[in-house]
Parts: sequence; C-alpha cells; structure tokens
Amino acid sequence: MSSPAPKSPEQNEKSKKYDRQLRLWGDHGQKLLENSKVCLINATALGTEILKSLILPGIGSFTIVDGEKVSEEDIGSNFFLENDSVGLPRAHVATQCLLELNPDVRGDYIDESAEHIISNTQNFFKNFDVVIATAVHEKVLLPLSKHLWECDVPLVVCHSIGFLGYIRLQIKEHTVIEAHPDSESPDLRLDKPWTALKGYLDSINIEQLDQKEKSHVPPLAILHYYLTKYKNSHNGALPSKRAEKEVLKQMIRDSGHSEEGNNRFILEENFEQALHYANSCVTPRPIPDHVKAILDDDSCTNLTQNSSSFWIMSAALRELVQAEGELPVKGTLPDMAADTLSYVTLQNIYRKRAEHHAESVYRRAQQIARNLGLPQDWVTESEVKYFCKHASELHVIRGSCIANEYQKSNLDLSSYLEDPDCLIFYYIILRGLERFISEYNVYPGQLDDQVEPDLLKLKGIIGKLLNEWGYSHVLRDERVHEVCRYGGAELHSVSAILGGCAAQEVIKIITHQYKPLNNTFIYDAINTTSATFCL
Amino acid sequence: MEEVKESHQKRWIHLKKVLERPGPFTHPEFEPSPDILDFILSTCKILIIGAGGLGCELLKDLAMMGFKHIDIIDMDIIDLSNLNRQFLFRHKDIGVSKAQVAANYINARIAGCQVTPHCCPIEDKKEDFYRGFHIIVCGLDSITARRWINGMVVSLLNYDDNGVLDQSSIIPLVDGGTEGFKGNARVILPGMTACVECTLDLYPPQVTYPLCTIANTPRLPEHCVEYVKVVQWPKENPFGVALDGDDAQHTTWIYEKALERANQFNIHGVTFRLVQGVVKNIIPAVASTNAVISAVCATEVFKLATSCCTPLNNFMVFNDIDGIYTYAYEAEKKDNCTVCSNIPHPVDIDDPCKMKLKDLIDFLCENIKFQMKNPGLTTTIDGKSKTLYIPTIKMIEERTRPNLSKTLIDLGLRDGQEIVVADVTTPTSVIIKLRYTISDVEIN
Ligand SMILES: [Zn+2]
Repeated sequence: MSSPAPKSPEQNEKSKKYDRQLRLWGDHGQKLLENSKVCLINATALGTEILKSLILPGIGSFTIVDGEKVSEEDIGSNFFLENDSVGLPRAHVATQCLLELNPDVRGDYIDESAEHIISNTQNFFKNFDVVIATAVHEKVLLPLSKHLWECDVPLVVCHSIGFLGYIRLQIKEHTVIEAHPDSESPDLRLDKPWTALKGYLDSINIEQLDQKEKSHVPPLAILHYYLTKYKNSHNGALPSKRAEKEVLKQMIRDSGHSEEGNNRFILEENFEQALHYANSCVTPRPIPDHVKAILDDDSCTNLTQNSSSFWIMSAALRELVQAEGELPVKGTLPDMAADTLSYVTLQNIYRKRAEHHAESVYRRAQQIARNLGLPQDWVTESEVKYFCKHASELHVIRGSCIANEYQKSNLDLSSYLEDPDCLIFYYIILRGLERFISEYNVYPGQLDDQVEPDLLKLKGIIGKLLNEWGYSHVLRDERVHEVCRYGGAELHSVSAILGGCAAQEVIKIITHQYKPLNNTFIYDAINTTSATFCL
Repeated sequence: MEEVKESHQKRWIHLKKVLERPGPFTHPEFEPSPDILDFILSTCKILIIGAGGLGCELLKDLAMMGFKHIDIIDMDIIDLSNLNRQFLFRHKDIGVSKAQVAANYINARIAGCQVTPHCCPIEDKKEDFYRGFHIIVCGLDSITARRWINGMVVSLLNYDDNGVLDQSSIIPLVDGGTEGFKGNARVILPGMTACVECTLDLYPPQVTYPLCTIANTPRLPEHCVEYVKVVQWPKENPFGVALDGDDAQHTTWIYEKALERANQFNIHGVTFRLVQGVVKNIIPAVASTNAVISAVCATEVFKLATSCCTPLNNFMVFNDIDGIYTYAYEAEKKDNCTVCSNIPHPVDIDDPCKMKLKDLIDFLCENIKFQMKNPGLTTTIDGKSKTLYIPTIKMIEERTRPNLSKTLIDLGLRDGQEIVVADVTTPTSVIIKLRYTISDVEIN
C-alpha cells in the first residue's frame, strides 16, 4: 500500500541531531547555547576536554588563547593534538581538531599568552559569555580574575593534577529560572482553591455517587470534599499536624471502602491517591525562602535602566504576590486515577489559572519596563511564561572574586578544618602548590630527583599559608606527598572527568537552567569522592 | 635511525610519574617500576562493550591512558541523533557500524593503538572470547545486556572442590551508566564484590501504562501515543511490517493517529518529539555526563591494571542537576544472589547407600548454612532432568513422595552430583553438590 503523505511537523536536521539534549534544556535553552561565545585560555588536555563537551551540544563559537607550542608530553595527555603537530602553535592545532566535532560551531584562536592579551588588548575578554582558564597560575590568574570580575564576565578556573581536580566558578550574579529540581510536590492549591476550581470541585458530591462513579472520580475531588467537611467541623481550620491529617485521612479511608463479595474491603486507586495527596497538599504552599529573598532583593526593589529582564519580571512577580498573596499557579497536573473528562476539565482549570497569572505578570512587567523607559520587547511574553511556571524554582547566586579569595588574610575555613578527612585539605595543598609555582617556576616533584626536597619546601609553604590565615592545623603529610608524587602530571582520564563537570557548569551559566556550583569543587579521584566549598 | 622504546617516549611522561614513583595511596601490592607501563602498553587486553555515548569516550580515555590492545563490541549502526555526544562519529558515518568507525578513528589518531572492532551482539561471542581479556568495561544503556555480561564474567570463575575461588579466574568488570545529568560507575570483582544482579533493585522500573487506562481513560498525551502503538498499530498494520521507531514514516503515522485520538479527548501536548520519546523509549543524554562517567570508569580500569591507586569500592553515583554531587559507597554482595552466589555448595555424605532423600532434606532444613523450610529438589541424570521431590505442588508431591524413603544410590545420585534446591527462604535456587566420603568402588 502507498504511504500517507507525512503531515507531521517537519523535523529539521538540528532538532534531530540535538534531540537527546533538547529533552533536557528545551529549544529555548538550545537557542541560548547556539548564540553563546566561549573563550578557553590554554589548550591543555583539560581545556580541550571542556571544549569538547561544549562543542558537541552546539555552542555558537569558541576562541582559544594559548601561546604555547605543542610538545610531545602534550600529545600524551591531550586527545585533540595530532601526533605530527609537535612544535606547532597549540592553539591552532587544538582549534582545528576541535572544529571537526561539530560543523555548526565556529572556532578561532590567538597564538598569544593570556598574560600578553591582558596587558595589551583591553576589552578582549569582554566579548565572551564565559571565559574558561586551565593551567593558569597566580601571576596571570589574579589580574585575569580581577579584570573579568570588573567586566562582569563569568570565569571558570580548572586544574587537573594527578588524581586531583579543582573547579572554581567566579560569577558576580547568576540567575536561574528553571532549576529542574529532582522531586517536587504538585502545586494543587486545595488549601485555598480559586473560584473556578472551587466551583468545579464543589459540584462533585462524593457521598451521592454510585459505586462506579466513585471509582472514577479524581482524587482531588475526593480530597477537596473531605477537606471541606473537615474544615466545617474544625471552625474552618486546615489540618496541619500529623494527627489532624490522620483524621482527614480516616474520613477518606472510611469513604473509599467498597463492599465486594464476602465483605472484603478494597480501597480504590483514586482514594489511595487522595490519601497520598492528603499528606503534602492540604497545607498552604509557602513561598520558598530563596524566592522570598529574590522578591526582597535590592535589585528587585530598586530597578534601574540597567536591570535585566529577570529583575523586571521579579518586580512584576512581587506585585502579583502582594496582590494575591501567593505565587503563580504552575498549571500542570500530575497524572492521577480519573476518567478522561474530569481529568481534562481539571487540567484546563489549572492551565487557565496559570495563563491568567502569567498574563498578569506580563502586563505588570511591561508597565514596569515602560516606566523605566526601556524598550517594548525588554521582557517577552514567552520568557514570562517560563518565569511564572517556575516561580518556585527561581534562584540568584552571587559569587565572589578569586583575586579577593587569594588576597584574603582571613580566609574562613574553620568549619571545614575540624574534619581531618575533609577535602578542603586538598584545596589548601593546591593553594600551596600555586605559591610553590610562583616561587620556583616548576611543579613540586616535577623532576624525579626533587620529590623529597620539594615535599619539604611545599610543606613549609603550606604551613606559612595556614599561619597567614590564622590556623595552626598540621596537614596529613601523606596528602602533600601524594601531590608531590604527581610532579604536575596531567592524567587524561582525570582531566576528562573534570572536563565533563566544568562543561556542564558552563552550559548552566549560558542557559540559566539548573543550579551551578557555588563556588569551589574539589574532585578526589583516589577515593572517587568530591566536595563543594563556598569561598 | 633506531626507534625509541615506546615506554621511553616523552608522551608517557605523565603516566610514568604515577607508575614509577611510590605513593601513600597506592594498592598494597604496588611496586613502582617501568614494567607497569610496559604491561599496559604491550600486554594488557581490554574489552569495551558498547560503542555509543559511553563507549566512544571509554575508547578515547583508555587509549590516552596507555592501553593499546583494546577490543570494542557493538551491533548498532550510527544514527544522526548520536552526533551530539558520540564524538568519534561524523555526518558521513551515518548508517555505518559504530564499533568499526570508532576503532578506525582511534587507530588513525593514536600512534600504535590497535583497536579491534566486533560488529555483533555480545551474545554471539562465547566464553573463550571473554576469557581473553584482563578487564572488561561496559558502557551500555540496556539492563538486559548488562545482566548478560555480568552472568558471563561470573560463569568464568573457577572454584576448587572446597568452594574456594581461584583468584586468577577473576576478570574485573567496570560498568558505567547515564541518564540525563545523572550517572553511576562501579567496579565489580566477580565472586568478590556485589555484581549487577546483587543490586538489581538500583535500576528504576520502566514506566508502563496500564492497558485499561490507555484504552478507556486516557489523560496524558503519552496515553494516546501508547494506545496507537500497542492497539491501533497491530490492528491496522499500516505498512505491513513491525513498528520500527527509527522509520520516520512509522513515527509520523503514530504521531497523526495519536493526535487524532488526543483531539477526540481534548488532551493537549502531543508533539512529534513526545511521540518519538514514547515510541522509542528515549532516555535523554548529554555529552558532559557521558564524559564524566566514562572517565571515572577509565580511571578505575587504569587503577585496576596498574595498582598505582586503590580502586573504587565499589559504587559511585553522580548528579549535576544542582551543583556537582558525587557519592561513593560499597554496594553489598548478596549471599543469595542468583548469579554470583550460584556456586555449588558441597554437602558431605558419609554413606550414600544408607542416606535416604528424607535425611538429605532434613539436613538442609537443620544445617546452619542452609536453614531451609520446605525444599524442593531436582537434578539431571544422564542429561535428563529428574524431579526428586517437590513439596509445594500437590500432584507432584504425591508422585514424588515415594522417593523420600529411597537411598541416594537407589535414586541414581552419584558422587559430585549437582542438585538444584528451591526453597521459600531464597528467591532463587541453590545448587548443592554431593560429596561422597567413600569411593564409587566401595559403593559398588
Ligand atoms: Zn551477585
């Protein structure tokens, strides 16, 4: 037989290629990614591994800044340098190899050191959405960090040494709209149903239904019915304590039992689900603290012409919350045992409410933008829709400047130092290692016959560092020894672990989806463990 | 010009530092030496199972960590939707074998690397093939295939007559898995640590939709798609062939019918992407998670092969939805695991001419090691299976009851006979092995 002509929406090449990731961050996340510009300082194994996991999903473009020439050692750890490229500019070779990965991505390079660029080409880094730096040591790191902090360009600093890894995010302010939390209780608002919802649910009298109707009625109707009954017998109060909820649940249980054959009682699935929702969905949904903090933030209450759309929308949201006392309804219903018609009816009621809230926030946001003299399209309707739908997931992260962290004499590590197994000790060793490199211009243990003497020197430096911060802790020698054993070796597989991690943090920064690391990540491949510290 | 010995080349300088220097966190048996690098460069054989998202990464990682003799097995061919993460493949490779393209790429890129591709299902290879590797590493998305290879490495174990494991028969299995931003990596020392089967409950159950829901009370767009897939497609058989999720015409047909059905019920949200997701049971995937999990696995392979660092014991989970989270723990080996504990348990019999089947059953109930309640026994004699006694099925109980008063010799059970014992105390059967303390000659 002949096949019917395809009437389905044409799926273009890109949406096919990126299908598996579009299911995670959506077309809108992908669009931000495709418009992004990323800079990598130093095409080390770690650097190219990071770029690989950014180029494959399709960032807009990358630029490699690296003044080194390819060495034989580089080829042993870096997959994106070809065998016969020894002696050629590393930035050039890596750019070519990486460009093979995805024809949608543009890439170029500058055969100069970052140090040279910082001092000679002001504003060079300003053009990027994110700057990634690997194998950058104190002398370059501190001015770079300061410069990017001032230009408000996010910086990701990574190190891979032996079985150890370090990722540090420096970002002045980062806003997240879709955090995609792993689990969430459904947004049902049964504690305070709006008119349309209440009207519909009130129209269902559970106790007058016959057995068949009863087995198909949505759990929300059951819960609403007995919640109303409960309130009527408790002066209008909602059940909040466990024992009170138990009373409500017993009412549902008593009603859900149906007689069958020899007096056997069965609780229908919809009643089971009503019991489940009775645990978490009958008390008012508080506005999460992180959202409250956003609504009360200075950036939200004191808007300027420089305010981002996030803050304009937050201000509009604030007005809505002040007017209605609650966040916008999410507008999605979890699946529940119910007949099609009542489920679809309920779903429409929730969706309409969400649309109503989003429209209201959009109107307010437009008004706010107008008052500030900002252009009409400063805030778009689709943006507001996402913003409202995910209003309970909003986050703002305010980071700290690396240069500050390095120059602090009172770095507060006390809470971590109590635990001798804490990975903060590797952070301290890495800081010591940075200072060692500044002083001696080699990695501790880089030369085979210098492991022991370097170990002593490094221990001395670490002792001094701890002293400067006001601590008298002694580090476990074995950890310092282990780092000297590495002698600056970069193990490909460890760099690949960190490369994947760092790349995803960059994607989070670009898409404003999922919460990025805040702000220092230590990976210990010896024990396959990790820890995050806010420094 | 004389060629520099491979292991003396400067490119291995990074590896040499951790292989030729002592350290505080190495395996107790580690002895720093240039021989270790020689071993991974010239002797060690690794098998990678799967040449997909994880497999491509594993191949690159292991080749960069010095492993030169690598086999890779995968039956799949390259699809456009692979290109966002399976980085050894290009547009021109679509339709070609994954294992072949991946092997060619690595052999061309990394000097001296000898990757051997196998474009076939893992079941096509037999014990002798798998026995030829020092370490096997898995990057699969199928739980069934994982269980199969797990069963294979366990079956390669040798135990002596006392049930003591021959350490040299252990082939470590390193396994990785990802879903979206989550992943896990594990090290399995078959017979020693938890195996895939020991921890089957870690895998989430597959989402299924009850037939009565999709037929009578559809509520979600997924219900409409599932209905078309399982009810309408077999009934109308539009193309005269089985449904193929990779055939655009097939998915288009399902999309149109599902849309029709959704409209009929006023259900919103049937999109082409959703239809594909349901029809092909698509798991979201991204390059970064695959890179992380594969690299964790490759690091463990390196540790196992060189002892330069103690390996993971034995399970780690990864999740970077909210910051970066990892957690390592020791998954427990199950004593009653269907696969890795299914070694014959020896039972000493003093006099098989006197011992009756009833006595053996009493022994299994009273012995501290077995502590059974109501065991049923079956065995194989001369290639035919024979039911000795089954207490739980009335008809068979009646038929086999006379066996209880027969001696083991009368029943034809010999020294070394393996008997499969099923009991309520274990979800799986236990194999016991009869060990007669007098010889066959004496019996005769
Ligand atoms: Zn097991």
